[in-house]
Amino acid sequence: MTHPFQEPEHFGAAPPTEWHLLPFSHIDLDAGREVLVNVCGEYVIAPRGTTGSLVRRQLEPRSDLYRNLRAKHFLYDERSSPLMDILATKYRTKKAFLEGFTKLHIFVVTLRCEHTCSYCQVSRQSSDRDRFDMSQETADRALDLMFRSRAQNLTLELQGGEPLLNFSLIRYIVDRARNRATNERRGLNIAITTNLALATDEILNYCREERLLLSTSLDGPSFIHDAHRRRPGNNSHALVVDRVRRARDIVGPDNISALMTTTRMSMDHATAIIDEYVHLGFRSVFLRPLSPYGFAVRSAAKTGYHTEEYLEFYRTGLAHILDLNRRGVELSEVYATTILRKILTPFPTYYVDLQTPPGVGIGVVVYNYDGDVYASDEGRMLAEMGDTSFRIGNVHRDTYDQIFGSAYLKGMIREATAESVPGCSECAFLPYCGSDPVYNYRTQGDIVGHRPTSGFCRRNMEIIRLLFRLLADGGPDIERIFYSWIRGRSIRPEANEHVDHAA
Amino acid sequence: MRLTARGQAVGLKAYALGRVTRDNGTPTGSRTTLVYVAETAKPDCELEGYAAALLEQRVSGTSSTGTPIVSGITTDHLRDGDVVLVSPNGHVRTVFRPDSAHNVLFMTERCNSYCLMCSQPPRDVDDSFLVDVNLRLIPLMLPTPAYVCITGGEPTLLGDGLLAILRKLKETLPSTHAHMLTNGRRFADPEFTRAFSSVQHLNLSLGIPLYADNAPDHDYVVQARGAFDETMRGLYQLARDTQNIEIRVVLHSHTIERLESLCEYIYRNLPFASHVALMGLEVTGFAKHNLPRLWIDPVRAGVIVGRAAELLAVRGMNVSIYNYPLCLLPRSAWEYARRSISDWKQTYAEPCQECRVRGECAGLFQWAVERYSGMLRPVA
Repeated sequence: MTHPFQEPEHFGAAPPTEWHLLPFSHIDLDAGREVLVNVCGEYVIAPRGTTGSLVRRQLEPRSDLYRNLRAKHFLYDERSSPLMDILATKYRTKKAFLEGFTKLHIFVVTLRCEHTCSYCQVSRQSSDRDRFDMSQETADRALDLMFRSRAQNLTLELQGGEPLLNFSLIRYIVDRARNRATNERRGLNIAITTNLALATDEILNYCREERLLLSTSLDGPSFIHDAHRRRPGNNSHALVVDRVRRARDIVGPDNISALMTTTRMSMDHATAIIDEYVHLGFRSVFLRPLSPYGFAVRSAAKTGYHTEEYLEFYRTGLAHILDLNRRGVELSEVYATTILRKILTPFPTYYVDLQTPPGVGIGVVVYNYDGDVYASDEGRMLAEMGDTSFRIGNVHRDTYDQIFGSAYLKGMIREATAESVPGCSECAFLPYCGSDPVYNYRTQGDIVGHRPTSGFCRRNMEIIRLLFRLLADGGPDIERIFYSWIRGRSIRPEANEHVDHAA
Repeated sequence: MRLTARGQAVGLKAYALGRVTRDNGTPTGSRTTLVYVAETAKPDCELEGYAAALLEQRVSGTSSTGTPIVSGITTDHLRDGDVVLVSPNGHVRTVFRPDSAHNVLFMTERCNSYCLMCSQPPRDVDDSFLVDVNLRLIPLMLPTPAYVCITGGEPTLLGDGLLAILRKLKETLPSTHAHMLTNGRRFADPEFTRAFSSVQHLNLSLGIPLYADNAPDHDYVVQARGAFDETMRGLYQLARDTQNIEIRVVLHSHTIERLESLCEYIYRNLPFASHVALMGLEVTGFAKHNLPRLWIDPVRAGVIVGRAAELLAVRGMNVSIYNYPLCLLPRSAWEYARRSISDWKQTYAEPCQECRVRGECAGLFQWAVERYSGMLRPVA
């Protein structure tokens, strides 16, 4: 019996005579290489000039490079259909953070704080509860608005000031929100942003029972931490160290994380800061730049620094973290993880400060202690400095539709969406980046901003480029380390990984 | 293991199906799903009511009660509770064994692909009666099996017949996990996929092969133009309906060169797959004929397979390596290797005698013993 098997040429193995481009962009990585990135964030690192050869149809169609570009949806030829519906599904999946509308709801339960951190603009040293605490009535109205969001999974973040100063309201909000989520069969995660100074065992036990996630502040060793995080007795570091250990015992190690604020003083101490995190048993550290809000602006000479200095700090820190990982220490850097998730996975990223369309109002909303509603946490801080540009309503005066459906909010989002912003729309790193209209407004005077002079742009471009260089040259362990960060549990709960098949 | 036998059939116009019994105590009226097996001829009245009777002793003439008889047939391999399919030509095939972990519903010999390495070469025959056979077989699968494999040929070619089978499985064997081997092409049709999913068989998974990250390479392996696009579209249709999907890659010279690219493609495009199986070649059927063009040095391939498995595992995907002896894989890939060769096909070679990890090793297919034995390295 003879079998009529056909040769490869019969199925299109011969080189195609022409090919068509799918949407992608490119950027130089270094002197010899460039990165090509398609709309879904799939990438190819190739010799410089590859894009030119691709566009001029001078690539060798038998080469692995050509085949990789075809498999990654950069081009199609007469041997392969574009599978456009699949490309569309992949794009929709990447943008699935938009699905269900606002997911992160921040409640500022009090503006009072017993710390007087040098870089904080918003908090008040006061015992005037009537003036600076959120009332039950305000909380009720904010909860009503929160549950109007269509998101299947909601996150409620309790903030301050120091939220534990208004613990009775926390109990009230947690109780009501849990009941409602249960009745409506919705997922609900609740997090408290606290300096832990007031976190008694009783409070920590309550957090365990209610499955609350704790996010605290740790700037590094005591000489850095206590220099900026001032409180009566100047014992902030000792307190947080003690309470973090206790909290880890009570609520469990996966339910507590810390945030650091990078100041001028941090610049020379990246390694010491990171080691402090490891020493205290944290599995992630967020080398977070100082935002241009709060006291930081007023005392810029003392706390501030240039983007280039920050980048040097970040590079040093990331190198140290990678070194620790290679030696078996589990520690991820949160900002890199967010970007790597965009680069290395087909899944969406739920991080409101680095998304486009921007998260303002549609990813995150802030209910201030006084009932005012802000499109972002930074917008709320700006208001404490007298500029209410990002106030989008008030829980007592405005309806859900008035707050979330306003022409003002829609206009802000439309104008600031990176896909239509000069300098962003054609950028190869767009799928990995985001838009921060509040930052643009604060630093450059309008929400669109100006890329060539933007610190946000400079910082993200360099960090993304750094991550690509590491992917290309970082050695055999780098992928394993990066994916372990991506897959590790983050304190800010993300929706389950899924592919968006909605039509 | 013997699964077929042949004797001389009388009184059989169509096929007969039933559970084997040697106990003649069942009342006459309750014998319609039983096949009576005996060594010697019996009086007609004793055979009354059975679906068929299989007699080792050769008998002549027809049965006055109308019970079909196959005589002069070997029955040693039949156990009580086995289900046999008796054909008018005297062919008796075992289609279910209660003690087997690998029972199948064989749906059709037809296929719309023509894979270079097909272990079960398709035939273009009208075997639509198999739908009826399987519908009747399902209630006879006793005790309830934990697992059943729906296979062919290409089961989706049956269309409504396949849906009827799924409904029957859902009604009759709801706790049995059904795994269907399909090339997935038919699911590119949204109507068909909708109908398929509307059965709502929740204990079902689909094993679908993908052989390349591009159409020309995949289409060549399956010898069908347009197959890659259809399978990819089908996978997305199925994922939309949240069907449980396994991706299967058979390893040979045409899949190994870009295996890592394929795995990256699977992760980027099919992250919803619940499992990826990287499967060593079984040299039967077409694979035997095409071995010269499929052959690949198993040691070199082992290194690539190991890297591919790790690539998927690092990304959080569930991956297995099937049909690959441990000593041909890098040690870092051992954790993904499974003892996948069915016990009755599994064998070991001379060097394996002294191997310390033999108990955890998939071993070899019989055909591979000679070809591989020079490369096997017993683990000390």
